[in-house]
Amino acid sequence: MLLSPVAMHIPDGFLSVLVSIVLWIVSIVIVGYALKRVGKDLGERQVPLMGVLAAAIFAGQMLNFAVAGGTSGHLMGAAIATILMGPWAAILIMTSVVSIQALIFQDGGLLVLGANIFNMAIVGVAVAYMAYRTVLRITGNVKRGILIGGFVAAWFSIEIASLSVAMQLVFSGTSPAKLAIPAMAGVHALIGIGEGLITVGALAFLLSARPDLVKFGGTRPIGGRLVWLVGLLVTLALVIASPLASTRPDGLEWVAKQNGFLETARGPLYRIIPDYLVPGISSEALATIAAGILGTAIVLGVSLGVAYSRRNRQTSGG
Amino acid sequence: MHIHFLDPYQGGHSPIHRTDARVKLVLSVGFILTTALIPIGVWPIYVLLFAMVISFVILSGVGVGYVLKRAALAFPFVLAALPLIFTTPGLQLFSLTLGTWEIPVTLPGVERFFSIALKSWISVQAAILLTATTQFPDILTAMRAVRVPRLLVAIIGLMWRYLFVLADEALRLIRARAARSGEAEIPGHRKGGRIAWRAQTAGGMAGNLFLRSIERSDRIYVAMLSRGYDGEVRSMPLPKLEASNWIELILGGGILILLVVLSLLIWE
Repeated sequence: MLLSPVAMHIPDGFLSVLVSIVLWIVSIVIVGYALKRVGKDLGERQVPLMGVLAAAIFAGQMLNFAVAGGTSGHLMGAAIATILMGPWAAILIMTSVVSIQALIFQDGGLLVLGANIFNMAIVGVAVAYMAYRTVLRITGNVKRGILIGGFVAAWFSIEIASLSVAMQLVFSGTSPAKLAIPAMAGVHALIGIGEGLITVGALAFLLSARPDLVKFGGTRPIGGRLVWLVGLLVTLALVIASPLASTRPDGLEWVAKQNGFLETARGPLYRIIPDYLVPGISSEALATIAAGILGTAIVLGVSLGVAYSRRNRQTSGG
Repeated sequence: MHIHFLDPYQGGHSPIHRTDARVKLVLSVGFILTTALIPIGVWPIYVLLFAMVISFVILSGVGVGYVLKRAALAFPFVLAALPLIFTTPGLQLFSLTLGTWEIPVTLPGVERFFSIALKSWISVQAAILLTATTQFPDILTAMRAVRVPRLLVAIIGLMWRYLFVLADEALRLIRARAARSGEAEIPGHRKGGRIAWRAQTAGGMAGNLFLRSIERSDRIYVAMLSRGYDGEVRSMPLPKLEASNWIELILGGGILILLVVLSLLIWE
């Protein structure tokens, strides 16, 4: 959709039911914890601040700049939200953004909303936090450190989140590992640069206009160490697993098969041939034709019914 | 320019519009879940699911063309599944020759790819129908009914309320940039500055937007306080589900379960 900055909102139908449900559960637990945390830190200011900032991230995704050949750089926003508000609040902000995108604009599916929240709101934020804190620890809390940290955080959040998307697609049997992982990683390495540049621009503006807002270096949010660790583990896991999975996909595909994801592929050759060449054709084709006739009858019946009731209303209403 | 055109709600008085939002939300998600559960290549069930969505769209009166056009917007993601055509092992249909490369196209690959694309397309239509016939406050109520935490619902509700205000704000920023010739994309015109400079400009706009939003949220908070807000999110008690709602839920759920069972039978 026109507001979608990155190919990261998975639509329904691309993840297996098992993967979707597992990620729903993980997301619900983490977002629930974030709600509790932020409630403690911000108190009653929570609702207006989180709500308006989520709307700002959504609107901020409309801001773009021309790169080359008609393409443009956009903002996803996980990094800037993390830097300005801390990880827990950023998780809530990004969860709201991703939910509205799915519920209202069909940017990302409903059954896979848990997975999209996991990728953009949880992985994106945890990785951005880890990268930003790490850079700040090295450079100290100076302007240059904040800007470099912003770029690194933005790039990593996009890149690692995209690896997470790729892994989920592979686990669901939707994309082959040896193509999906390098493709996603390559494209998002570039998109991440755009995200990084915009994030740096935004931080530079805020540092000169309201330096107190970029307060991260000063006060460390409660539970920050945990988020840092989670961010590091997620990054390491995905960075190590992805090249392994794409060069030696057998292991991953074996796992997928064991879980029964690929079962739905009706894979083995010996089943396909009898199905399609001799007896299968008649039953499968017949069933499809019957379903087609039934479906057409339903649609036709409904449209006739609607047309009839409309005409009745018009004639009776004058 | 105002951005109200973003709101996908299409007013109307159809039976679909009048159905309780909770029923619609649960059945839409149930429908999408059903679609996801149908195995690869069970075409008859896909046809039936498609017929179901289309007949509900016709009933709702939002326009088949509108729904199909919006559903196409999710299509680019299909690229992610495209390689399946070539990499799924199985009966080879034909092979493409790209220079010296020979890429086999397999029957199970084609079947798998089109199943995924079709299932996704049908699911998107169901979601579009839900948002086109349900006003957002009703969706929020439905979210509350399915036990989404009250605080999160309040945040999302407030986000929705200010979404259009801030989108307008962003549009004003974009217009200001265009007026100062930092224009992002007029074909044939020279782009101002280097890429890094343009990115920095866009970043400055984003920073500006955040600053204005944080200040706006301060004002909103004060306004809420002066109207008696004490940090507690209060909302109207949910109206009770009526017998007719239960019938709709059970009937819809029953049909969906039936379709899953049927698909497993055909598939076997």
